[in-house]
Amino acid sequence: MAPAVIATKNLLKTYVVGEHQVKALRGVTIDVPPGEFVAVTGPSGSGKSTFMHIVGCLDRPTSGRYWLDGQDVSQMSKNQLAEVRNRKIGFVFQGFNLLTRTSAIDNVELPLLYAGSSQKTSVRRGRAKEMLGAVGLAERLDHFPNQLSGGQQQRVAIARALVNTPSILLADEPTGNLDTKTSIEIMGLFQHLNIERGITVVLITHEPDIAEYASRVVSFRDGVIVSDRAVTGRRDAAEELRKLPPDREEATEPCQS
Amino acid sequence: MSVLMVLRIAIKALARNKMRTALTMLGMIIGVSAVITMVALGTGAQSSIESQIQAAGTNMIMVSAGNFQQGGVRLGQGNASSLTPEDAAAIRDLAGVQYLAAGVNTRAQVVAGNLNWGTQVQGTDVDLPFIRSWPEAYGAFFTPSDVATASKVAVLGAVVHEQLFGVGFDPVGEIIRINNQPFTVVGVMASKGQSGMGQDQDDVVLVPYTTVMKKLRGITFIQSITVSAASATDTSATADRISNLLRVRHKIQPDEPDDFMVRTLEEMASVRVQATETMTALLAGIAGVSLLVGGIGIMNIMLVSVTERTREIGLRMAVGAKGRDVLLQFIVEAVVLSAIGGGIGIALGLGVARGVTAWMSWPTSVTAGSVAVAFAFAAMTGVFFGIYPARKAAGLDPIDALRFE
Repeated sequence: MAPAVIATKNLLKTYVVGEHQVKALRGVTIDVPPGEFVAVTGPSGSGKSTFMHIVGCLDRPTSGRYWLDGQDVSQMSKNQLAEVRNRKIGFVFQGFNLLTRTSAIDNVELPLLYAGSSQKTSVRRGRAKEMLGAVGLAERLDHFPNQLSGGQQQRVAIARALVNTPSILLADEPTGNLDTKTSIEIMGLFQHLNIERGITVVLITHEPDIAEYASRVVSFRDGVIVSDRAVTGRRDAAEELRKLPPDREEATEPCQS
Repeated sequence: MSVLMVLRIAIKALARNKMRTALTMLGMIIGVSAVITMVALGTGAQSSIESQIQAAGTNMIMVSAGNFQQGGVRLGQGNASSLTPEDAAAIRDLAGVQYLAAGVNTRAQVVAGNLNWGTQVQGTDVDLPFIRSWPEAYGAFFTPSDVATASKVAVLGAVVHEQLFGVGFDPVGEIIRINNQPFTVVGVMASKGQSGMGQDQDDVVLVPYTTVMKKLRGITFIQSITVSAASATDTSATADRISNLLRVRHKIQPDEPDDFMVRTLEEMASVRVQATETMTALLAGIAGVSLLVGGIGIMNIMLVSVTERTREIGLRMAVGAKGRDVLLQFIVEAVVLSAIGGGIGIALGLGVARGVTAWMSWPTSVTAGSVAVAFAFAAMTGVFFGIYPARKAAGLDPIDALRFE
């Protein structure tokens, strides 16, 4: 088996809130091999968000170790973590978090601006264009977020997450603001990227049926992993879309007002 | 990340909210243009005074007789009879004296044909045109022999010429009457305009000082001596030598005050220059306050902007922006705001200064220095007022920033 993309050992995270100590993570050990599609689930307060923040290098564990792509990132400085996020992690958020009044292509280009290497503008534009094409938005390069539907905005966000060819795609409730059909489409895109391109996906969700699109489901409760299972009867988003009655065509079209 | 990239990011961010950017700049524009205009007005006034002094001759020294005192009655400056033509002759031999003219004045009614004009009759010497750098328009100045013989010759100022003969008439050789005595006009001086003290220098008739003493007033003393020092740098030293000489000649004891007064034109002018300098500083100060208010406006907007863009900051950090990148972005945004505002403000200030000169004919002078100072101040205001909001932005925790609603 290939070395794990994500390997954690006994992760502990303690917050101090006022005079209380809140133990968000109480010893999490997990390995995620490359090319896996892992869903992390659990009720709110279970520690899955804290886990995501540490995996996403937005936060450091109080103790324990975390290797990302074989590199120990658990003791890195803030600036080092920023570089790791830029090179190895692609974020997709529930609220899309696109820059307002900024075209789709400019939004996708953003991580490249912080990449340090002084790429030529034309190279960056080309890369951003390519990514928008990969998520099916080649025709919407110059649209502003407010001219795009929710699903399209999330596609722009996914293109942005992919533009730096990260080791993992970290999606935090990516379907939380979308309707059912658009959710299936977005999950279809993740499945496509995972299967066709071999991109490792970590999906944080509290919806059990969304978790069923993944190949493995890890459940959190009270700061520890309570179950870690391979998905049997995995849902196939492409198949489901084909079976859907074609009555809501407009969902895939831009919202023209 | 390169500075150029930061600049691009900052400009893109500013372009996303054009209305707010424009309004924020307005504060800077008004502040900078106010500073430029006010300083231009002040330095304009100053340089017009300086050019007047230059026209009068910077190395001019005025010696006047002291006040006349008899019993308890004290008459004004120049009325004492202590200054004599011999004093003038002695001063002429001093080192550093280039030109010298003794002076004695009287007011008189001047008549030419059927026209008359009340004016100042100024008795002077042949050096006066050189001391004052004052050329003749018609004829020539009177000669040393005219002075020696107390001839009845007159050189007219431009105003007197106009009043008695009219513009364009060459009066050389004409006879005018001063206190009923006939004088031959030998020349007319070019127009010199107002003096630095506001007197009309052209409303005058110039005659040999000996003529005023003997023919018009019947006195043996003179009222003033106008001296031109050989070099401008030597002016005050020459003035001191004149003082010492006169004290000796007038037998003044060391503990007694002078019975004469020696002033350089620079001394007289410096008072006025100081007054305008104070005025300029005051105006610039008031304008500076508006620049400060403009700067606070920038800080205010940047602070609002940091709060409003918390999620954006969080996102930038998530995709790899370091604290330093965010700090730089917000500082550069503030600096770009104030620099562009400052640039427009300079252009506007230049325009207003030109307009004031064109429509109100007030002298204005925009120096490269004042433009540079205003621009540098604007940019520094941007940095100063940008740092606090930028530090606030850079200090955000990406997790909290992303969650911010």
